[in-house]
Amino acid sequence: MDGEDDAPKSLMEEMYANGIEGVDDAPSSSTSTTILKNRPIISGEQLDIEAYAALYSGRTKIVRLIFLADHCDNSGMQLEALRMAYDELKKGENTQLFREVVQKIDGRLGPNYSMDATWCAMVDRKADQRKDKLESELNAYRTNLIKESIRMGYNDFGDFYYAHGALGDAFKSYVRTRDYCTTSKHIIQMCLSAILVSIEMGQFAHVTSYVSKAEQTPEALDPPTIAKLRCAAGLAHLEAKKYKLAARKFLEVGPELGNSYSEVIAPQDVATYGGLCALASFDRTELKNKVIDNINFRNFLELVPEVRELINDFYSSHYASCLEYLGNLKSNLMLDIHIHDHVETLYDQIRSKALIQYTHPFVSVDMRMMADAFKTSVAGLEKELESLITDNQIQARIDSHNKILYARHADQRNATFQRVLQTGNEFDWDVRAMLLRANLLKHEYNLRASRKI
Amino acid sequence: MNSVEGLLTQIRGLSSTASDVLSLQNVLKQADESLHAESTRLLPFLDQLDPSKHSLGYLYFLEACTAGPVTTESASSFVLIIARFISSCVAEQIRLAPDKFISVCKRFKDQVLLLEEPLRGVAPMLTAVRKLQSSTEHLTTLHPEFLLLCLLAKCYKTGLSILEEDIFEVDQPRDLYLYCYYGGMICIGQKCFRKALELLHNVVTAPMSTINAIAVEAYKKYILVSLIHHGQLSTSLPKYASGVAQRNLKSLCLSYMELANSYNNGKIADLETYVQANMEKFGSDNNLGLVKQVVSSIYKRNIQRLTQTYLTLSLQDIANTVQLNSPKEAEMHVLQMIQDGEIYATINQKDGMVRFVEDPELYKTCEMIEHIDLSIQRLMTLSNKLTVMDELISCDPLYLGKAGRERQRFDFDDFDSVPQRFNI
Repeated sequence: MDGEDDAPKSLMEEMYANGIEGVDDAPSSSTSTTILKNRPIISGEQLDIEAYAALYSGRTKIVRLIFLADHCDNSGMQLEALRMAYDELKKGENTQLFREVVQKIDGRLGPNYSMDATWCAMVDRKADQRKDKLESELNAYRTNLIKESIRMGYNDFGDFYYAHGALGDAFKSYVRTRDYCTTSKHIIQMCLSAILVSIEMGQFAHVTSYVSKAEQTPEALDPPTIAKLRCAAGLAHLEAKKYKLAARKFLEVGPELGNSYSEVIAPQDVATYGGLCALASFDRTELKNKVIDNINFRNFLELVPEVRELINDFYSSHYASCLEYLGNLKSNLMLDIHIHDHVETLYDQIRSKALIQYTHPFVSVDMRMMADAFKTSVAGLEKELESLITDNQIQARIDSHNKILYARHADQRNATFQRVLQTGNEFDWDVRAMLLRANLLKHEYNLRASRKI
Repeated sequence: MNSVEGLLTQIRGLSSTASDVLSLQNVLKQADESLHAESTRLLPFLDQLDPSKHSLGYLYFLEACTAGPVTTESASSFVLIIARFISSCVAEQIRLAPDKFISVCKRFKDQVLLLEEPLRGVAPMLTAVRKLQSSTEHLTTLHPEFLLLCLLAKCYKTGLSILEEDIFEVDQPRDLYLYCYYGGMICIGQKCFRKALELLHNVVTAPMSTINAIAVEAYKKYILVSLIHHGQLSTSLPKYASGVAQRNLKSLCLSYMELANSYNNGKIADLETYVQANMEKFGSDNNLGLVKQVVSSIYKRNIQRLTQTYLTLSLQDIANTVQLNSPKEAEMHVLQMIQDGEIYATINQKDGMVRFVEDPELYKTCEMIEHIDLSIQRLMTLSNKLTVMDELISCDPLYLGKAGRERQRFDFDDFDSVPQRFNI
């Protein structure tokens, strides 16, 4: 609220300006061209696969590319993604995924991108050799009982398994280092590795527990690590459909994250996930305080200007443009591995919130104007409003004849009288039944007692 | 015969004062067996006794006479005699031998049913009930017999008059179950669903050590009435229901639970197909009428839901939402509901619109204040009653004995009030 630097001031001016104009204002006035540090990757246009893939590194890059290839309709994009996956895999040692990708390519990219059996065999052989070597080293360390070496031995094993795609074994190896950790740094290293493998495996329960373990270390953590842990926690909450908690975690991620967590998540993702979850779950004050006025988060939002625009539109009640942005973003969001199965729910929640917020300040609303504002038909709008009213999210009644929505404020006095009379009746019934039952019990008890005597 | 003659003289002699009557009772108890032995020949002796003065003796004689099996020829004559006896007997005397009176009345009921004229038995049975009760809160074994006669004779209003009174004392649990079950059926017949629900709820949640057929049948009706009256069924029985009931009732009434489930889903077509499929089952339990009422109530439920969302709605839209066939049908339903006072609305036939209004009750009238005042009084008396009963039980030596024995199992604080000498 007191952020007095220029960027927020211009935003605030825009918001006030939009308030004077009509409800369904064109979005053009609100897209100010701020200087962008990076090109917008998640945007309304078709996904630029190279740029997208450049954000990530390691295994997640390959997994994301495969996911992209599986889920997009455009065969050009599909082949592009698979090609990049192939190249990336050749640099690594994961023959399992390699075979999968080759199968998906199915020879469509020419002879250079076909099954390279010799390479596979060579990699597998090297892997066996390395594994034997690691094992013998580890055994040696174990007999010598040098804690640090044992820890490093298990760590190497973990890295080895991870590189070869044996995620379960990798996780087990990382967890085994726990007994040999001596400093907090070791513990943090173990937690981060465990978190990484758990996210790749999709077991987010482990993620939450290891994040809390890492946060509990007595030593103060350095900012990038804190940011990484918050991202991981946010992802775990997102998977568990706890959007409010996920939003809070993502919003707390500091700008120190930079590109240091590219094996898991990119800063653009932090902005997108955080922004959408916040919009779907926060109320108006929280949205203003934690998102719009949040200086740290603003840096992230700069990376995804469409998300920033849509949040601002929502806050300033430009629902049509907000929903338009959402619609544009949808196709690209469906290609993201973490958020694709939450997109529908989040969108529904955002839309409901928009409808509720629209009707909140008015005593009566013309449904035709509202339908225009939301770019839908009156009949469709009526159905949506009906379900919201039945769920008790809007206190209003629909005049279907004139197509007007009237706010309805409960008459407290009448409601109190009704409740009083009802409580009286219930008390009457309960006490009478109770007395009757007590009598029966006493009777039965007396009968039993008299039989004994 | 001499003993009978002698007995007759004694009866005539000792029926004047209360102490005499007590000694008479002892005499009669001793002579009971001999009376039963001569049961077939006792009928003419009855004329020598006056039921209004010699009620106790008459009762013993009458009981011995009617102890044998009921036949159609004897039935009609006995019915007259017993009816006259009931109307003219003295309440205090017959209360000395309640079980004899009860068996006489039961015979009376059997005879009336044999003659297939239950209506003849209703009024005498009502008098009998009134005379046997020690207070209006007392439930006797005759209550369910009376209600059974009312049901069979289809005079529900008389039955309702008895049901209005609250019952707090019960002789036999079985009487209560039957009373509540028949009472529930009478209320259903009179469409007082709230009272029916209350009575059936009492049966279902009564303490019982083994499951009995009355509770099962009562639970079936309870499910149906609950759906009609409240539009929903609470899935579990309250905590105070006996363990036996909680475990077994649902599995014994499976088709009814299914019905409740499909009602909750709100799809009328599914409900109707389910009912059609299980017609014979419902028919064999004599619940077909109730089931049909359940189906028609789902329309009402849906229309009521609409009043919460809409201010005005076209009849066509109502027909569509509630899955009726035409706006005419919707209009008829809405009209019926307005007349029954279930919703508040006005129908505009020109536009084909219905306008829903709020409950016009403003809670400002004198009648309302009086109603609230009376309710408060009634609840205060009830509350006092509860406190009194609580105190009585706390002083009951049997209870204290049990509490003292259980002392080790619970916290010391709970039983601090129990004196030491009960710590067995």
